[in-house]
Amino acid sequence: MHELAICEAVLCQVLAIATEHGAGRVARISLEIGPLAGVEPGSLLSAFPLVAAGTLCATAIVEIQTAAAEVECTICGAVSGVKPNRLLCGACGTWRVALISGDEMQLRSVELFDLEPKQIGRHLHV
Amino acid sequence: MCEICGCAGDAHVHIEGNILLNQSGKQIDVLHAMLHDNDHQAEHNRAHFDAAGVLVVNLMSSPGSGKTSLLEATIHALRGRLTVAVIEGDLETENDARRIRAAGAKAVQITTGNACHLDAAMVHAALHALDLQGVDILFIENVGNLVCPAAFDLGQHRNVVLLSVTEGDDKPQKYPVMFRKADLLGITKLDLLAAVGDFAPDRAAFHLRNLANAAPILEISARSGAGMASWIAWLLTEHDARQHAHKGVHIHA
Repeated sequence: MHELAICEAVLCQVLAIATEHGAGRVARISLEIGPLAGVEPGSLLSAFPLVAAGTLCATAIVEIQTAAAEVECTICGAVSGVKPNRLLCGACGTWRVALISGDEMQLRSVELFDLEPKQIGRHLHV
Repeated sequence: MCEICGCAGDAHVHIEGNILLNQSGKQIDVLHAMLHDNDHQAEHNRAHFDAAGVLVVNLMSSPGSGKTSLLEATIHALRGRLTVAVIEGDLETENDARRIRAAGAKAVQITTGNACHLDAAMVHAALHALDLQGVDILFIENVGNLVCPAAFDLGQHRNVVLLSVTEGDDKPQKYPVMFRKADLLGITKLDLLAAVGDFAPDRAAFHLRNLANAAPILEISARSGAGMASWIAWLLTEHDARQHAHKGVHIHA
């Protein structure tokens, strides 16, 4: 369950960014995680609220984009989509390929709000 | 005009009858590695290792595949040629560090408690308890685990992953993230191969190549000594390469 440690690392970075921008809260955290990053998105989503409780990120929505695993053949040059445990060229079948996408583990962006949503009055439904 | 209640005025959201200002957030593009701080610390560790002229090997495997036994045999085999030191990672106990010290090498134990992996900060802290003066090769024996350690750079130069013949030969297929990162795959406990019966080193090699990994594969028995000569030769070659790379840095500096 190293996802907890990864959540703490993300939280630490996001809080530093929020503080730097004088934000009142973080509304959204966008991550990109490839299938070969070794991080389970579901575990990360479960763990994040635990580490974020009581911080500016406590109510943040965590969005995870998953990139497809793709390889480029060093023999024939073809680019193929692959399964994480079968990194083979889809055209000529060789394993002499380079991973061009799939091991991403990136904090892409954050959405910050200056203040807590401000109550400006009681709405009366007549 | 508000689409929900039809009233005139500024946009607002309805939450439990209260009117809230519909503020828009500010998006900040970051595009940083999620483990940015760990990666930064790992680079710092690597610079420290390079300055000390030490080859650093991150040794990873599932629990019980023979990491400590291989290190004991390695320390004996390199005696008089190269000096080995070990950072030991375990959830509990100092047992492995004791075995390494008994074999004649310096060892620092990191007990991680519940942490299932080592990270660069833990290794950095251990370095304060380990004098690298005179050390040629530093092994970092990671926590026995084929999942979590793969995500954390420690500052090592090479990853060595062990797979014992008492495990399945399809481990590389099951744990692609870990095995893809191997710079060398050691198939260990070779002396048990006949007794196990259904482990085929060729199949393990096939599954490793399916991860587009060209790493050398060595079949080793720390107990019988089979394959130890190839393992030691690989370490000596890697150590020489680091020495040259390090001298190169000095010449250009």
